[in-house]
Amino acid sequence: MVYSKLLTAFRYVPARKLRSSYSGLLVIPKQKFTTLGKRLFSFMTLTLWNSLTASDDNWGETTTAVTGTSEHSISQEDIVRISKDMEDSVGLDCKRYLGLTVAAVLGLLVFLTPIAFLILPQVLWRDKLEPCGTACEGLFISVAFKLLILLLGTWALFFRPPRAGMPRVFVFRVLLMVLIFLFVVSYWLFYGVRILETKDSNYQGIVQYAVSLVDALLFIHYLAIVLLEMRQLQPMFSVKATRSTDGETHFYSLGHLSIQRAALVILENYYKDFSVHNPALLTASKSRAAKHMAGLKVYNVDGPENNAPGQSRAMITAAARRRDNSHNDLYYEEADHDRRVKKRKSRLVVAVEEAFTHIKRMQDEEQKKAPGEVMDPREAAQAIFPSMARALQKYLRTTRQHQYHTMESIQQHLAFCITNNMTPKAFLESYLNPGPTLQYSQDRWFARQWTLVSEKAVTNGLNDGVVFVLKCTDFSLVVTVKKIPFIKLSEEFIDPKSHKFVLRLQSETSV
Amino acid sequence: MVSDTDETSFLLFQQRIEIHKLRQGENLILGFSIGGGIDQDPGQNPYSEDKSDKGIYVTRVSEGGPAEVAGLHTGDKIMQVNGWDMTMVTHDQARKRLTKKNEDVVRLLVTRTNLENVVRQSMQ
Repeated sequence: MVYSKLLTAFRYVPARKLRSSYSGLLVIPKQKFTTLGKRLFSFMTLTLWNSLTASDDNWGETTTAVTGTSEHSISQEDIVRISKDMEDSVGLDCKRYLGLTVAAVLGLLVFLTPIAFLILPQVLWRDKLEPCGTACEGLFISVAFKLLILLLGTWALFFRPPRAGMPRVFVFRVLLMVLIFLFVVSYWLFYGVRILETKDSNYQGIVQYAVSLVDALLFIHYLAIVLLEMRQLQPMFSVKATRSTDGETHFYSLGHLSIQRAALVILENYYKDFSVHNPALLTASKSRAAKHMAGLKVYNVDGPENNAPGQSRAMITAAARRRDNSHNDLYYEEADHDRRVKKRKSRLVVAVEEAFTHIKRMQDEEQKKAPGEVMDPREAAQAIFPSMARALQKYLRTTRQHQYHTMESIQQHLAFCITNNMTPKAFLESYLNPGPTLQYSQDRWFARQWTLVSEKAVTNGLNDGVVFVLKCTDFSLVVTVKKIPFIKLSEEFIDPKSHKFVLRLQSETSV
Repeated sequence: MVSDTDETSFLLFQQRIEIHKLRQGENLILGFSIGGGIDQDPGQNPYSEDKSDKGIYVTRVSEGGPAEVAGLHTGDKIMQVNGWDMTMVTHDQARKRLTKKNEDVVRLLVTRTNLENVVRQSMQ
């Protein structure tokens, strides 16, 4: 049966680096019997897909054809990518592990200190100690519980796996670690001088000393929670993030954060708010810009003088005066494009609706009766896909989205929609509107490695008027910070009985 | 021109007044001011006897204007204009009925409290 054989499509990867290697073509297996074989379903689908893909003339291909005979050539971007991966992996791990080990050592020291305070007298001068009654036992239990809570809290606050790697250390964490270290050292100092040297026999006093240490540590932990987690919750700044290529802007509210943490928040929101970066949409404005530059040439008739500023100003005034009708071209081109997109969209919608009418969900009772041509969702998707493939491919080409959707992904999406009883409109939704970056596969993001560029130190706090840039290989996000204004609210009391109305005064009109 | 035909047979105490509009620049003016209307406050009307009367009253007549020449007085209540009823209209509708651009003459039906007294006196 035709439908039972799953369509395994092979990506076409030529042995040499050819222009067609990134075009999304598929390998068509050779057919043994040409007439019957050409009627094979999978063969037809693949041929159709390839013909639609390859016949696009306006495709903005940026890879150059390297028709040399070496099979081991790598492109420039591959080299850059490899070297970046290497240096980043080494540098970041070192810093992260250093910070982690220091914090772990400090934590262990702090955790063991109260226990040491309690155990050392028992070990060293047990015979001299006064017996300690129920008060001591109560204190032991409280120390144990408080240490347990402290352990859990410290793990939750400091030792959870970090969400990202930051360029610089976290100032508040370092301050807190220094504070804890000094605190514990001073306790040890007092313990050593007052208790170890004099071999104090009041065990209850020693236990209370240990309990006071644990209490103080809990308060420091409370301070840490406030500084690290709660200070940033109240929104104080409105942050505007704009993408440099197409101007897409989103606004976020942030509290008191350092610049690097604010950058992290913005990047996390980038993947779910900004629509996917499509370089194919920018070619039109680039060609217009090129036309502007190529319009005028300046010739120097007075000899070899270098009058650069005068030259450029002359060019600008001449360009302004020239009767430039490029706005007309832009207007008609855009109107044309809109019309074409709408036409193709309506064809697509009709084709998809018609395709969806060909399948019907079988009920459970019917399933037992007719074991005829029963298909699972993937086969059903493959069965109805060819009737809509042409319209869909044409629409994707017109809106320049064809690189984001491969044939397998479309069929997968179709099977998913069929399984979940979605209407044709729901199936088309992901092709008609470009979604956020997170919805697409990772190789289409164009946004993996980010660099933070800032005039101020990145551990500075956010302030009104701070500007920083998050750079990526293809584009950058420009971030501006504005303070939310201080609002002064006053109250006014209105007596509910004071709402009274009259008709307007007699108006007089002269005729 | 003034025509005094008192309609005593119906005891309505009304007077018909015909005003010819005067052209001033590009406007046709009648030479008086109106007040009142169903959207106005009737309690403020100084000329009405019944303070819930929402009719159209003449509040001012300009000196030497066509309305004074035709015999209109302040305090007159306008009942009809060219056959259109003016007792239940808004202020703006009244203004529009009086200032139609394609009419040169307006014929008003007015009533007046002292006119009522004059007629009653003449009947005795």
